[in-house]
Amino acid sequence: MPGRIQSIERAAAILRLLSGRSRQLGVVDLSDELRLPKGTVHGILRTLQHVGFVEQDPQTGKYRLGAALLHMGSSYLDGNELRTRALNWSDSLAARTQEEVRLGTLHEGRVLIVHHVFRPDDSLQTLDVGTLLPAHATALGKVLLASHPHVAEELIEAGMPRYTEMTITDPDRLRRELERVRERGWAAEAGELDPLRASIGAPITDRTGRTAGAMGIFGAPQRLFTSGAPRPELLTHVREHARAVSHELGAIPW
Amino acid sequence: MFDHAGRIVSVAQKEHRHIHPRPGWVEHDPEEIWSNVQQVVHQALHDAGLQPRDLAALGIANQRETTIVWERESGRPVHQAINWQDTRTEGLLRQLAASPGADRTRELSGLPLASYFSGPKLRWLLDNVPGLRERAAAGDLLFGTMDSWLIWRMTGRHLTDVTNASRTLLMNLHTLAWDDELVELLGVPPGMLPEIRPSAEVYGEARGELAGVPIAAALGDQQAALFGQTCFDVGDAKCTYGTGSFMLLNTGQRPVRSERGLLTTVCARVGDEAPTYALEGSIAVTGSLVQWVRDNLELIGSAPEIETLARTVEDSGGCYFVPAFSGLYAPHWRSDARGVITGLTGYITKAHLARAVLEATAWQTREVLDAMTSDAGIELSTLRVDGGMTANNLLMQFLADVLNVGVVRPIVAENVSLGAAYAAGLAVGFWESREELRANWHIAAQWLPNMEPDRRDRGYRKWCKAVERSVGWLDEDDEV
Repeated sequence: MPGRIQSIERAAAILRLLSGRSRQLGVVDLSDELRLPKGTVHGILRTLQHVGFVEQDPQTGKYRLGAALLHMGSSYLDGNELRTRALNWSDSLAARTQEEVRLGTLHEGRVLIVHHVFRPDDSLQTLDVGTLLPAHATALGKVLLASHPHVAEELIEAGMPRYTEMTITDPDRLRRELERVRERGWAAEAGELDPLRASIGAPITDRTGRTAGAMGIFGAPQRLFTSGAPRPELLTHVREHARAVSHELGAIPW
Repeated sequence: MFDHAGRIVSVAQKEHRHIHPRPGWVEHDPEEIWSNVQQVVHQALHDAGLQPRDLAALGIANQRETTIVWERESGRPVHQAINWQDTRTEGLLRQLAASPGADRTRELSGLPLASYFSGPKLRWLLDNVPGLRERAAAGDLLFGTMDSWLIWRMTGRHLTDVTNASRTLLMNLHTLAWDDELVELLGVPPGMLPEIRPSAEVYGEARGELAGVPIAAALGDQQAALFGQTCFDVGDAKCTYGTGSFMLLNTGQRPVRSERGLLTTVCARVGDEAPTYALEGSIAVTGSLVQWVRDNLELIGSAPEIETLARTVEDSGGCYFVPAFSGLYAPHWRSDARGVITGLTGYITKAHLARAVLEATAWQTREVLDAMTSDAGIELSTLRVDGGMTANNLLMQFLADVLNVGVVRPIVAENVSLGAAYAAGLAVGFWESREELRANWHIAAQWLPNMEPDRRDRGYRKWCKAVERSVGWLDEDDEV
């Protein structure tokens, strides 16, 4: 049996330390903790940074776990699987609310549409499965960002494009909005992507309690909203149906 | 449970056992099914917080052709139910095929003499279970398909619906009554046959768990799906994609005799109305091929992942997969065929294979559709689809491409249950008319053809060549 590779063991020890803290760690903190020379720690960190497993805060110079690693750890449920498991409930949501239904997952900071049910009025509509929507300007995106804060931070760093007067482009406003989404367990927007459209979304949770996707309805603001807030009965349907899909995935025993 | 708008109120389901006493034999336990039915009814009511008195009516949709014989007095089954997929009657059928009148089954019943149907299964039971023929002749035993069994248990009446009866090889398709000639051909005591009733009428009130609820419809599952899809007009067609697939085309009040290997069957009969008929093409292996790739090849971890894998390539790379695992069904009916994968080169990867697996379902549908078009002289404008595989967008788009017709998925995927509910609701006046039901039908997704005609034609030509390579594989002395 070949010997163990020391530098990989050391890199693993660094990653373990970084994952165990909410705060960021500097080279000195890490070298103290691991009793390794600063130069060695620095070299390992540079390599991990290069492959995206750690990131350096530009202000403090300290290190945190990188997005690539986090994506790996929270590997999402296959979109085709999610659609299959959600088929009955997404149909039911469209029938109940008389609105278009979409299911989305996060894909490189945007919302990948994995399932789409037409608004049940038999008007001409086109399937848009496979398209990407901006995360900060849709209810589905906000739901997904709320449970993946590191993706939200990446998005903030990259800059959030403005689509309408209502689009949230201010980092702190988005952070506050996502905090609210986390507390309430749902998200909504009216006119943030398109002045004539609104959306209401809720998370789908998998067996491990991770957010596997988001499910929601899309429609005209006057149909989805009343006095500046989502219509309660629609919101209830969205939340109950997302919960039913989560149940289907084995998340919630009820 | 559905509401007046045709929306799902609650869903309960429970699997029952497939019993395989020998290769090719498939049985179900009628008592287990009855017990499961009671449990899911209870569960569905419980989940929705409803009582039996909240139900307007109950309808039954069942897998067709499955055959049960039970004692008139005790209600006890004398044998496990013989499932529709069971092939134990093949030897018997070879004998029967030599009998006078055997060539008349298509004309009288709309069906070829095949192991699929209930009549031969009933005959097998009478021939092989000791004492059964004598007891049947003495009037002690009753025969039924799953609808009859459940209605008997719920109401005490011995009847079957006309769509289920049309799958027995015993019913005359034109008179909708048991046919003396067929009954004689199969050697079945007529006294054990249930009364044939319309698909939608009040058969009686339930006892037990559902006390007081009218039992108001029974339909074979595929006919129920057609009803749920509101395919009420001539030329309406649907295909249900499950482990196998079933395509039915409504031919109106005219039973069309097939020259191309399709079945002629009753579509539905609502109360005293004239019956409607359908042409049916069944494909043995569609979704089950995906399961085979998952379980036997282990190329994917779950059935939906086939789409993920298939999408990593643009096409099948010229690879074709004919899944004739137990022969080919409609329109070929070649029991000597076996599966082939053809067009292999060093370039082919598992992703190409995944693509060929999905495409096989579409090409098989194309063959059935071509046969229907030719038999009925009806050009399809749209194909309505349902079943688990409709979640596969890649397949649905490819289907539209190779059929060159629009493919639509309605908003309720549970069309079999919905069809049974619709028929029952019509029978008790919960719904006034079919128009009301049509208004409930909405498109959830649509796929439009988007393939160069040339590419479609070349692809189909290759598929046909692949099928040629699958037939005639079995030899006389092969053990099946």
